Parts: sequence; C-alpha cells; structure tokens
Amino acid sequence: MSPQQVAVIGTGQTVFKKHHDDKVYAELVQDATLAALADAKMTPDDIDAVVFSMAPTEFVGIHDIEKWSVDSIFGAGKPLMRIHTGGATGGSALHAGYTHVASGLYNNVLVVGADRVAETPDSQHVLNLIWDRFYEFDFALNTVTMTALSSQRQMSLYGTTEEQFAQVVVRARANALRNPHAHLKGKITIDDVMNSAPISWPYKLFDCCPRSSGAAAMVLTNLEGARKKCTKPAFINGIGATASTVFQGDKTGPKADVEYADLAELEIAGKEAYGQAGITDPMREIQVAELYDPFSSMQFPQIESLGFCGRGEAAALSDAGAFDLGSELTVSPSGGTLCTNPIGVTGLVRAIEAANQVMQKAGDMQVSGVRNAVATAIGGSAQFYTCSVFGADHL
Amino acid sequence: MANDETKASDVISGEWNVRYNYSVGKVAGKFFDALKERKILATKSSKSGISYLPPRAYCERSFEACDEWVEAGHEGVIEAATIVSAAFEHLPPPPYAIAYVRLDGIDTAMINFVRGLDMSDVGAAMGKLKPGTRVKVEFVDKPEGKVTDFHYVL
Repeated sequence: MSPQQVAVIGTGQTVFKKHHDDKVYAELVQDATLAALADAKMTPDDIDAVVFSMAPTEFVGIHDIEKWSVDSIFGAGKPLMRIHTGGATGGSALHAGYTHVASGLYNNVLVVGADRVAETPDSQHVLNLIWDRFYEFDFALNTVTMTALSSQRQMSLYGTTEEQFAQVVVRARANALRNPHAHLKGKITIDDVMNSAPISWPYKLFDCCPRSSGAAAMVLTNLEGARKKCTKPAFINGIGATASTVFQGDKTGPKADVEYADLAELEIAGKEAYGQAGITDPMREIQVAELYDPFSSMQFPQIESLGFCGRGEAAALSDAGAFDLGSELTVSPSGGTLCTNPIGVTGLVRAIEAANQVMQKAGDMQVSGVRNAVATAIGGSAQFYTCSVFGADHL
Repeated sequence: MANDETKASDVISGEWNVRYNYSVGKVAGKFFDALKERKILATKSSKSGISYLPPRAYCERSFEACDEWVEAGHEGVIEAATIVSAAFEHLPPPPYAIAYVRLDGIDTAMINFVRGLDMSDVGAAMGKLKPGTRVKVEFVDKPEGKVTDFHYVL
C-alpha cells in the first residue's frame, strides 16, 4: 500500500520571548492549539490523534509535562504520544504526525508542543546532563561547546572565518524584524557580533540563540481533508531522518563514516526526503530553507549537506548575498533558530515557517513564488537529523 | 482566576535533588582500572578493524562485539578544540580548553581538558590548538580510576 498524501492545513504559534509570565505551560500550549485549529477551520472534535512535541522537560522543571497538557490541547479520549529527540524533537514530531496520516490510520492529526527554556537559569547544566557520566560529562560538554568544537574544525577544513559566521547573525536578526513571533530581532552589524561577549571560541554571545518560551502547533490531514478545508495547503512530499552515534569523536580521523564538521548526517536525511519529493536540483527547485541553526556556524554545513552548493562553498555564497531574503534560495526568512529557540518545538516552528511559505501566508516574511520549501531539525549530541520537504503541488 | 492584582512576575521557586549510583559495567570497569596504572585502554573489533575510545562493548559499524583490548599511545592529534570564556552554572570556572584528541594507534577521538595553556589571549591560545596539532597525555599524581585521571598538554 502506498502512503496517503499528507498535507498541512493549519499552523499556529505564540510570540516567543524569554518568559510568558502571564500563564503556565498548559495555558501556553493551548494558545498554539487554538490558533492552529482556527487556521485549519477545525474544532477539537475533528482531531483524531495528537502528537506532543517536547524535548527535555528539565528546563520547564515539571517532568514529562505532556501529562499536564492533555486537557488543554483537547487530547482526552484520543491517542496521544510524546516525541523527544532533543533539538530534533519538532522535526521528529512532524514525522510522527505524518506517518499517522500517511498510514491511513488517522485522518486529522494535531502536532503540538511548547517550551519554556528560561524557566531555569541552569539550562547549559541541563544540557551537560545529556552526556554519559563515565567518559564525557566531566568535560563541560553542552550544546554551546559541542558545536563550538565542530565549528573550529569547520574553520580549519574550509577556511571559514568568524566574520562569515557573524554575517549569518546579521542576516537572521534583520529577517526576524518581519517575524511577529521572533524572540531576537534588529539591525546589527558584523562588528556588533564580533564585539559581543566571548562565550566558547569561535562563539560570541550574538552567535548563540536565546532561551525562548512559546508554543507551536500544526494540523495535518490527508488529500481529501485538504481539498475540503484548505485552498492552498502545503503538501508534505518528503521526509528523511537519521540518527548517529553519541560519540562525536567517532566522526573524526581516517576511518570516520561521517565528517564531524559537515553535519554530514543531514545529507543522508536530505537525500531520502528529496528522493520521495522528486527533488533533483535543490537550488533550482527549492526557494526557502528553514534551518535548525541555534548557532551561527550551523548554517553553512546544512546548506551544503542539503545539496544547495558544494562542501566549503556556502560561506562565500553567504557573503555574496546568495541566501538573503528574495535571492535564489532564501535561508530562514523567519530569522531562524538563531533568533528564537524554544527547544521542544523549534523543529516544529521551522516546519511551520516552511509550510506557511508554501501556503503563501507568511505575512511580511513571504518570499514570492515559493513552490517548495525545506525544513531541518538537529538534536542530541549532534546525532538526530530530520529533513522535511513541503510543496505547493502534491505528488 | 488571574485578575489585575495578580502580579505577572510572581514565581514559585523550586529545585530538583536526585541522587544516582551509576553501574559501571565490565567494559568501563576495565578502562577505569587500567587508568590507575596510567594505561588508557581501547576496545577493538576484529571484524571492522576499528579501535574505539571511549571503549565500546560492541562496534556500531560491524554490529559485532568488540573482541580485543588495545593500549592507546600517550600522544595524539587534536581533531577539534575550543576555549570556554563564559561561566555556566555547575560547570568549571572559565577559562578552560577542551579538545577531542585521537590518541596514537586509536581510530576515534576522546574529549578531555587541555591543561597548562596560557589563555590570557584566547585567540592566540586557539592558534595553538588547531586540528592536526600533536599533544601529550599527562596523568595526575595519584590516579583513582576516573576519566579525569588524565588530560592533554601541548
């Protein structure tokens, strides 16, 4: 049996900021649920199953917080599962929702979640806890140092400079000015980035994402549902994902099967998604890429892994404006993860922004003539990768 | 029900206190025991020919058990490094340098601190930690069978 065609017919998100101090988590996650249902022209009764997108709950400080959210997202009486692959959670949750519909088991599926990363001041301590107690925990690995290490290797391999990473931040913050939901936004300069406080070489403060609070939701349906409810759905035409070892040091040396600096596993996920979607020339066929880039250095290897250019070429193309708003490939018109990172739903926000572009409802962020958009998510010890292709036309 | 008099900035503070005793197992146990004798032991799969640090019970590439132990050299090459300048809660006071180093005779790199580095100028210090740079293993005076018994030095 071939899979059912899956379509996005409704999306919703809250504003993202450091604290939503006017409501608790369960109330926050309901806001995105209601927004997505309204956008899909559906009532809670129309939803057949719920996929809950939530990464480590230590940030929020209430364990396995989907329990507390069931009532507020209209999950009672329905199958509900939580998906957690660290930073890739939102991408994986989307894929779980996709397979719910593609399998034919459910017609209408809600993918929803929320995060409040700044509820604890100890977020990098929490992220240090994802490494094992035997070999790696003691050496201050966290998401900042983990990606700083691979960035130093990237710079060594390809000659990429700190200024080239800074240009990514400048573009992201400027793009985010058009995004009413973005956490960080503004006109800044390369010097502003270079002069911000040193964190972990090559990162300065502005190279790093904020700790965001907010919620996101998406309604998925099949072809028949899309025809009934939505004039311009975004069809999910390809999904690809892969997992890799927790030991990043395995990705170095002559016997490595993937290169640490390249985020090379995304190439595997991308090829799978492109194959399903019939994408053969990404630069010509895809107009928007919403990338999981919590740190400035993470854009170039993803652009390269997704086949938009060769290895080591993205930085120079970035300098030349090739990824600016309205260029041949617009990268993260929303400002991306660099400007907004509610970890448990960040991958879902990337998917929402990519789908909105295809549905021609991205507001001030809208890129003209979008037929295909791609969204990524990355999680764990640089080890979970998802890629999703959204199209204006179904397969 | 919230009303205008409910202060939005009100918070309830809390913290988690959870203790653990992590079972070490045979493979990690042998590695830690060897550290007391200033030896760094890796596992190897004869099927794939790959040697692993940290040691693994099985080889992810061949899906076979690692069936050999091999001793790593006390020198190696930096594969990736960073110097941390910012203070994070419950992590070491900055600055400190960490690096993935592939020790001689071993196919994968293992993370540890790089000690004894002048980090008064971080940019200059990073210039000494480029991938490909040779480093040495240095043990603490009294190894206790912990991964922190050794570190790297230039």
